[in-house]
Amino acid sequence: MSMHDAREASTLAAGTAVDHEHAAAASRAPRALSPGLTFATAGRVLRQIRNDPRTIALLVVLPCVLLGLIAWMFDGTPVLDQFGPILVGLFPMIIMFLVTSVTTLRERQSGTLERLMTMPLGKGDFVGGYALAFALLATVQALVVVAFAVWVCGMDVAGPVGLVVLVAVLDAILGSCLGLAASALARSEFQAVQLMPVVLFPQLITCGLLMPRDEMPAVLEAISRVLPLTYGVSALQDVAAGGGFADVRGAVAVIVGFILGAIVLGTLTLRRRTA
Amino acid sequence: MGNIDPVINVRSLRVDRGGTTVLHGLDLTVPDRQVVGLLGPSGSGKTTLMRALVGVQQITDGEVEVLGRAAGDPVLRRRVGYVTQSPSVYADLSVTENLRYFATILGAGPRDVARVTDAVDLARHARRRVGTLSGGERSRVSLAAALLGDPQLLVLDEPTVGLDPVLRRDLWDLFARLRDAGTSLLVSSHVMDEATRCDRLLLLRDGRLLADDTLPGLLERTGAHDVEHAFLRLVEEPAGPDGAAAVRSPRHLGGEAS
Repeated sequence: MSMHDAREASTLAAGTAVDHEHAAAASRAPRALSPGLTFATAGRVLRQIRNDPRTIALLVVLPCVLLGLIAWMFDGTPVLDQFGPILVGLFPMIIMFLVTSVTTLRERQSGTLERLMTMPLGKGDFVGGYALAFALLATVQALVVVAFAVWVCGMDVAGPVGLVVLVAVLDAILGSCLGLAASALARSEFQAVQLMPVVLFPQLITCGLLMPRDEMPAVLEAISRVLPLTYGVSALQDVAAGGGFADVRGAVAVIVGFILGAIVLGTLTLRRRTA
Repeated sequence: MGNIDPVINVRSLRVDRGGTTVLHGLDLTVPDRQVVGLLGPSGSGKTTLMRALVGVQQITDGEVEVLGRAAGDPVLRRRVGYVTQSPSVYADLSVTENLRYFATILGAGPRDVARVTDAVDLARHARRRVGTLSGGERSRVSLAAALLGDPQLLVLDEPTVGLDPVLRRDLWDLFARLRDAGTSLLVSSHVMDEATRCDRLLLLRDGRLLADDTLPGLLERTGAHDVEHAFLRLVEEPAGPDGAAAVRSPRHLGGEAS
């Protein structure tokens, strides 16, 4: 074993001595966020996912299969043109929420998060890195799903398809960021999966998909206003009905606001010290 | 570089977890540039103490000072290397991918990655996915990550658990070389045999310090012939030496520590 190599031991010794002398220079306090470390973390998360092709396949194929089933079920009716754009925003959001909350929970349980919290990595770097990596995945996923809906299922969007893509990507990123924030509350993978109905179902019920929001009881309508999915669905409904960017930019701004809010919440709920 | 102050200074540290007190007002110091063994059975509070030292444990009361600063101080994150008990590395990345990521965080270069990979004898497996390695190999990857950037203090939670005797000896040789190179080490173990490889021992039981001594000092004080029996004598001190207890004594004081 190379450990017995005396030469190697002296290299170790030299390295340590040099480092201790330079310790003062290297001792500047780490910042909460530094672009280099955020990108390094995003790269590491993507590398982990790249090493797991089955997850990538599930992420991209699953929403297409679901959409394909609906297109088949309502074949010959205008349902796909009416609801397709909304589902294209909805499926990626739900899937990304689950994937992100489980992945970050795994990081907590494996002890790697504890190790990172003893290292000069900012909490913002950790959450930002995850958000960046999953935003990239979410973008790929949303692009594939929209392409599949339009070219394979024959979804006809009255408004610009590019807007459907934009809102679908933002919805998927929102799902990721909500998953990041929610995973801070979960203590087990079982709880993390249970958070999906807790966080997403109220949004699904009040977002205007089951019933137009202006027909809801006033209290439910008020609740729907403070939930992010409402704005995603409303934007996609507008595009499906032929609206342009001017019609949806307000909703898009709200979604972006929720994304940033979820990242900040995820960073604030991350604790270096735990019980 | 002459640092005479202790690297670790703990004053009446109390930690409560889930309604029970895990550490009952610990007082201890760890001297500079020594391999200090933290020995105790499962559930004695070793891991909790180590977590407090690296600043990830919420403490109820007391003071924890590491390298002259309050534990958890951001500056310490570059100077203290920590290895958790279960290997805290990414199973779905290769050995090198893992180490490169941690090296980036510490500002260490690719040469440092190669150095620590050699130090734990994993150069042969550098490209292998950590998830495909054996338990012992995984814990060495975890140890290698803590050696990155040459920390001044290493806090190692049961780094030799589950390793074969040859590897265990090699790791203790590595710890001794790191100490000779100027690093201070606090190494926990529930295997009392490993006491012989430590410069100094801290014996922990039920969140209280039984002894803080060198091995010869401990044996002389208790009149025991090994740490195992010294531990028993300290536990049963009021009752005096008990031959029956010595016969019953298990080789290892606990299975898996908390």
